[in-house]
Amino acid sequence: MSTRTIQLEVLRYRPEQDKEPVFQTYTVPCEEEWVVLDALNYVKDEIDRTLSFRWSCHMFVCGSCGFKIDGEPKLGCKAFLRDYDDKIRVEPLDNFPIERDLVVVIDDFVEKLQSIKPYIIPKEAKELSAGEYLQTPAQLKSFKQYSMCINCLLCYSACPQYGLTDQEFIGPAALALAHRYNMDSRDVGRSAREDVLASHEGVWECSFVGACSVVCPKDVDPAGAIQQAKFTSAVDYLTSMVGIGGK
Amino acid sequence: MQTINADIVIVGAGGAGLRAAIAVAEADPSLHIALLSKVYPMRSHTCAAEGGAAGVVKANDSLDYHFNDTVSGGDWLTDQDAVELFVNEITQELIQLEHWGCPWSRETSGHVAVRPFGGMKIMRTWYAADKTGFHMLHTLFQTSLKYPSIKRFDEYYTTDLIVDEGACHGCTAIEMRTGEMKLFRGKAVIICSGGAGRIFPFTTNGAIKTGDGMAMAYRAGVPLKDMEFVQYHPTGLPGSGILLTEGCRGEGGYLLNKDNYRYLQDYDLGPATPKPVLKSMELGPRDRLSQAFWQESKKGRTVQGKWGDVVWLDMRHLGEKLINERLPLVRDLSISYVAADPVTDLVPVRPVVHYMMGGIHTDINGATPLDGLYAAGECACVSINGANRLGSNSLGELLVFGARAGRFAVEHAKTAKSARDELVTTQAADAEGRIKALFKRSGGKERVAHLKREMNTSLEEGCGIYRDEKSLRDTVAVVADVRARYRDVSLEDKSSVYNTDLYQTLELGAMIECAETVAQSALLRTESRGAHQRLDFVERDDVKFLKHSMAYYNPNGEPRIDYHDVVITKSQPAARVYGAAAGGQVA
Repeated sequence: MSTRTIQLEVLRYRPEQDKEPVFQTYTVPCEEEWVVLDALNYVKDEIDRTLSFRWSCHMFVCGSCGFKIDGEPKLGCKAFLRDYDDKIRVEPLDNFPIERDLVVVIDDFVEKLQSIKPYIIPKEAKELSAGEYLQTPAQLKSFKQYSMCINCLLCYSACPQYGLTDQEFIGPAALALAHRYNMDSRDVGRSAREDVLASHEGVWECSFVGACSVVCPKDVDPAGAIQQAKFTSAVDYLTSMVGIGGK
Repeated sequence: MQTINADIVIVGAGGAGLRAAIAVAEADPSLHIALLSKVYPMRSHTCAAEGGAAGVVKANDSLDYHFNDTVSGGDWLTDQDAVELFVNEITQELIQLEHWGCPWSRETSGHVAVRPFGGMKIMRTWYAADKTGFHMLHTLFQTSLKYPSIKRFDEYYTTDLIVDEGACHGCTAIEMRTGEMKLFRGKAVIICSGGAGRIFPFTTNGAIKTGDGMAMAYRAGVPLKDMEFVQYHPTGLPGSGILLTEGCRGEGGYLLNKDNYRYLQDYDLGPATPKPVLKSMELGPRDRLSQAFWQESKKGRTVQGKWGDVVWLDMRHLGEKLINERLPLVRDLSISYVAADPVTDLVPVRPVVHYMMGGIHTDINGATPLDGLYAAGECACVSINGANRLGSNSLGELLVFGARAGRFAVEHAKTAKSARDELVTTQAADAEGRIKALFKRSGGKERVAHLKREMNTSLEEGCGIYRDEKSLRDTVAVVADVRARYRDVSLEDKSSVYNTDLYQTLELGAMIECAETVAQSALLRTESRGAHQRLDFVERDDVKFLKHSMAYYNPNGEPRIDYHDVVITKSQPAARVYGAAAGGQVA
């Protein structure tokens, strides 16, 4: 029934038995419609039950199956076999410690996400009985794109600064999310987030390579968000120098 | 074994679990919350919900309308006290989400926008483009980070409940990173672990939807209610089973058969007007639309495809601007997965398993019959969905009943007795012993993936859109056989760190429990109601079956099925009316 056979080279690392990661190659009969994730599942189901990787939704929205595929950070469920040769290399994302096979440790990202206070900080508490905040489509549009991040971490894998700074840099997804809340008309938390955003590890660390936006599977454009945030951060700094005070 | 002492233990960190956790944190910040999940919260399947969440908010709408749509949509198997409470509370929950930052789509005035949805008489579905569940989940997750009392245990697989003298006192869970079993003690446990769509082969559900929490409660003696009611969503992509939201039809999409004919008009859903009319045609309820597909297929009027019969979803007349604005994910998925651009092409679709109406039996406070155990979300059955859930009621359900379960768990915790230490230790050791025994087992001939496939195929063949006694008996037999052979599975992977061989094996065990309750409950329900359609008993039978099926675990064989009265308050069972006579709003 299968229409094509591929060689899947998968980086294996089992901390209890491997001193260092090694490639293992599997021969996988595939359907033409398949994505790389389907091929990995074939291996798991039919060839080697010891292979571990994360996945769930298979529709580009849960963010679980970020891998490096032929050297490029991709979602396994969005990497169609039709776009690849018959030999495909799958590795865990860069810049994160490998926990096991294709599973990486993402504690650092989760901490950074928390550090940017990713929630509405309102001017004053509003009762539910007062109904919703009014927000025009234009106000929504100013931050909507930056709310689309699925935390797949492809951008951290692609980001040279995150690697070069030994993971000190807050990184694309978390900074884009901070910018998302800063731009939301319901929020007044920009100054509360400024400590982190304007810090040495914040937006100024970004060298605007833009790799994050290239690999983003949801067109969030974190690089654009960071550039915008730099601008507002600079304005904040200047206005604070002349004593006007920012948001 | 390490013990984590909490006040409230929550299993599952999707929409319901996060909402419950926040409710607990707000009700009493001094309580320690342990929030466990086998995945990071943002991976939970709430993220895949697309269309929206229904809540009365516009001047032309009323709570009675939402109540009536929901009760009749569920073919009167809904508990009307639960539905009434639900429609009363959902709008403030949606406003709460708005205050927390959910990017709801808006009208030009700045008020939230609503869209039409199937089976709803008035437009009342709040939405965030076609990624509503995603935005709700991330809003809840990010908001939960504000509360220091919520301690997360990400990537912990929960195995067993701790039960002493008819009360639940915690659970055991394996830390997936290390393979270590840990004991979580709490005064109350809330299960929010999602549905079990993965018992079927063709489903919109993600890999994680394996019914773990349902099976865990079931094994602890809590009944699973109305499990025979399995929702097929009418528009899944062939092959992958990826969901195309009902919003496609809400925005005006048509369903066409192989002759490009809007066939739903032949199934008491017409007339076929060019503009969408609520409760008519493509905006009929999901059970009726999926059944119409099956009938068309029998008549040879569907299109044969590599991945089974399909019909066409036609959105071409909606235009690129609207599609990009309101259905961007649908466009992305259709182009990527079936090479059809909704702007210019017909998109092939077929019904796909989407949602379990049934689940852990709870009352309107989320309490199960086991003292101290609560449940909310898809894993639970509080009976607002009855025999057929209306699209956009499940995102609301997880908010209303997640929050209620949280609040009532807090009340329970105030007076809960503590469990006997010795018994808790013994139970935890037993749970660990079962895992160790699984590791020691060797030479097993059965493969997890193959057993799962056999079970999946049999569920689809015997327990699908239409069923009869023979098909159901066949399924019961196959699942029993799979259960017997499951004992002959041994792990290939004996390691401790992120051992997915282990978790998939445990998940299969949970799926077998759920599958048995689905098949057995369906076999014994000799009537047709909502999503449960029997070819051999085609009529609804209110005399015998205006009752909930209650499946009880039986360690020695098939589940025992009992029945429980439906709560009727103000809507007496009647015929379900769709099409012109339903008087739906013109969208």
